[in-house]
Amino acid sequence: MTDPLVKGSIRRRLLLSLLAGAAILAIVVYFVVQSVARQVAQESQDNILTASAQSILESARSFGGQINVDLPYSALSMLDSVSDERAFYSIHLEDEFLSGYPDLPAAPGALAGSPAFRSTEFLGEDVRIASVRRSVSTDMGRRFLQVSVAQTLSGQKLTLARFSRTAMGIGAGFFLLSMLLAAIVARSTIRPLHRLTASVSRRGPNDLRPVAAPVPSEMVPLVSSLNTFMNRLQKSLTRSEDFIAEAAHRVRTPLAIVRTKAEIIQRQADDPEIKVALGEMIHAVDDSSRTAGQLLDHAMVTFRLDNLSSEDINLAQLTHDVVERARPMSELKEIDLDTTILDDTTLHGDPILMQNALHNLLDNALKYAPPGASVDVAVTRTPDGARICIRDTGPGFPTGELPSLPDRFIRGDNAKGIVGSGLGLTIVKEVVEAHGGRMETGNNPGGGACVTLHFPSA
Amino acid sequence: MRNLALSLSLICLAELVLAFETEDRARFGPDNAEQALKVISTADIGFFEPMITSFLASHPDIAIDYIVASSAELMRAIRDEGHSFDVAISSAMDLQTKLANDGKAQRHSSAVSRSLPGWAVWNDMLFAFTQEPAAIVVSKDAFGDMAIPESRHELISLLRQEPERFRGRVGTYDVRTSGLGYLFATQDTRASETYWRLTEVFGGLETRLYCCSSDMIEAVKSGELLIAYNVLGSYVANRSDRSEFEIVLPSDFTTVMLRTAMIPHNAPSPELSGVFVDHLLDRSHGPDAQPLTHPVIDLNDIEPSVNRIRIGPGLLVFLDQLKKRAFLSEWESAILQK
Repeated sequence: MTDPLVKGSIRRRLLLSLLAGAAILAIVVYFVVQSVARQVAQESQDNILTASAQSILESARSFGGQINVDLPYSALSMLDSVSDERAFYSIHLEDEFLSGYPDLPAAPGALAGSPAFRSTEFLGEDVRIASVRRSVSTDMGRRFLQVSVAQTLSGQKLTLARFSRTAMGIGAGFFLLSMLLAAIVARSTIRPLHRLTASVSRRGPNDLRPVAAPVPSEMVPLVSSLNTFMNRLQKSLTRSEDFIAEAAHRVRTPLAIVRTKAEIIQRQADDPEIKVALGEMIHAVDDSSRTAGQLLDHAMVTFRLDNLSSEDINLAQLTHDVVERARPMSELKEIDLDTTILDDTTLHGDPILMQNALHNLLDNALKYAPPGASVDVAVTRTPDGARICIRDTGPGFPTGELPSLPDRFIRGDNAKGIVGSGLGLTIVKEVVEAHGGRMETGNNPGGGACVTLHFPSA
Repeated sequence: MRNLALSLSLICLAELVLAFETEDRARFGPDNAEQALKVISTADIGFFEPMITSFLASHPDIAIDYIVASSAELMRAIRDEGHSFDVAISSAMDLQTKLANDGKAQRHSSAVSRSLPGWAVWNDMLFAFTQEPAAIVVSKDAFGDMAIPESRHELISLLRQEPERFRGRVGTYDVRTSGLGYLFATQDTRASETYWRLTEVFGGLETRLYCCSSDMIEAVKSGELLIAYNVLGSYVANRSDRSEFEIVLPSDFTTVMLRTAMIPHNAPSPELSGVFVDHLLDRSHGPDAQPLTHPVIDLNDIEPSVNRIRIGPGLLVFLDQLKKRAFLSEWESAILQK
């Protein structure tokens, strides 16, 4: 089987898109926090400047038509209370300069009761200016008095730097949290896919039932096409197995007739050449009919495996029956068939399949062992279940082909001239595995084949 | 051509007229020094000399040109005439603040300046290196066994009890001519209303007005004055005959002036200026300090009543021309009682 071509990863793509989104959001958060901080810092500075300018404005008294401004000490000292700041002020009566820094520009647009602000550079440093005005009565009528107060920005810059660090922290924290969430989301999104993969790959080789576990709606098309596909596969498999079984069945009866006729003719014939030819023919017919039988067996096994029944099986009794049934054949071949140990063990499963498997094994042993050899069957209880061991003193398995022997239609090198289909070990293996057990094939140290079936305890 | 010559000569004349007045000048260090620091200061040479000596001891290849001028002249030299100095030192905190605030100082930050207490630095431009209280100075001889007033209230009651004894024998700053006197007076009014009552009492006693602390101290020594108010305590303490005087730090509040140094904006070699300022600060602050003022005045003893003048734009308020005019007219009407 070839590995599928990999292109991209849904999880990685999901993770990357989530992270990119989080990064953009984190940057946005950083700038929003910073801009809010800038606004707040600016507003608080404006408030202080307004308070300062207002207190100067309120200290102005009209005194005999002259304007007298008694600059309050706090008006300027308050500007320096949090951080060291340079401070500037100017007092104008309309266009007439009264006191302070004559060059300090006023913030345009100040009205009585509503201050105006501007940011500019003054005496070599960035400053923020607040201007306030009110009308006063002088000997020249009502005129407006305007006070501007300015302050450098070192405190504001410190505040902003602090906020900037905080904003950076918030952004980074936000991003880290999003990263964690993105990882979790990506994982949980992919999980149903993993679950489906696991449930499909956990299945036995013959399990073609449709997937019944609930899946998310996005995966429904995939799962239904998978189910349809498996259904088609199942049907096609069943059809071909049916076809094989049917064919085997139909071939067996004519073969039996052909064999009987050939035997009769052989017995009546006088020509030794014809006798030999008929003997070869009978052998070939035997071979074909045995294959057909095993194909039928296999079809039966496959069918029963799909609908495995579960009964208590007494392994000792079952083994004993199978051995007794094979005894006539062993006597015919002069092989010593023996059961050494028969422990009383019980197994859950299909007794007919088990019989079939054991029969196949015994059949193989009797078939390949030469006359005079012995076959030994033992059923033993093990700590974790039961073990059936069949060994003979025949030629043994050809060592180089041990792993491939249980495959369908594979026969050992030494099987030439012996009637067989190569399906025997396949059937045994399928039955044992359907019961949760495993089959070991090997050779005895002293020669001869050895097959051991291990079953877990019921 | 003749016009040009005339204008040139006029410019030269103007230069001469505009040149600020110096009171004293001295040069320290080797004559052939490659670098010379030009320091303008309001402190007498004698007062400041220990600092220069210690600096030259650790920097033998530098010479110092020390120029003494009044605080007003110092201001004029830097702000109006644009002379360049490496370091400017003044006791007039308000004028120093004004210079710094108006951008005539450059910022300086070093390990030493960063280790200073908050009150001793402003905006990395002004650095305080002394704390000098305004004291009431009394002649011990003249007072004899009379109780020496410990606060402004006691001083007021003493003067009221015996007006004839003190008439014409009390002295204080003429705030119209003395920048330091004006600073002390304005800070006193901020701290308490007592100052105005005291000034009224001074006015009734034909108080004598002086330009400077040293003149008042001399007048007390000569017996001309019995009491001098708002005298720089450090000047008395640094004298060898200080035992003749009683230096009273008023227990209600003691105004403390900080002598400050700054590096003018046009200082020719700011790094060197920084080295000098750091030396000044290092020697004046901290547990191992050897301040210029005599240790006989220990502010730690009277810490609760210390009213240290805060460097900052608040000091600009009393420099405001309207404010100053109003203050001086009120002061004049109180002390001259015309």
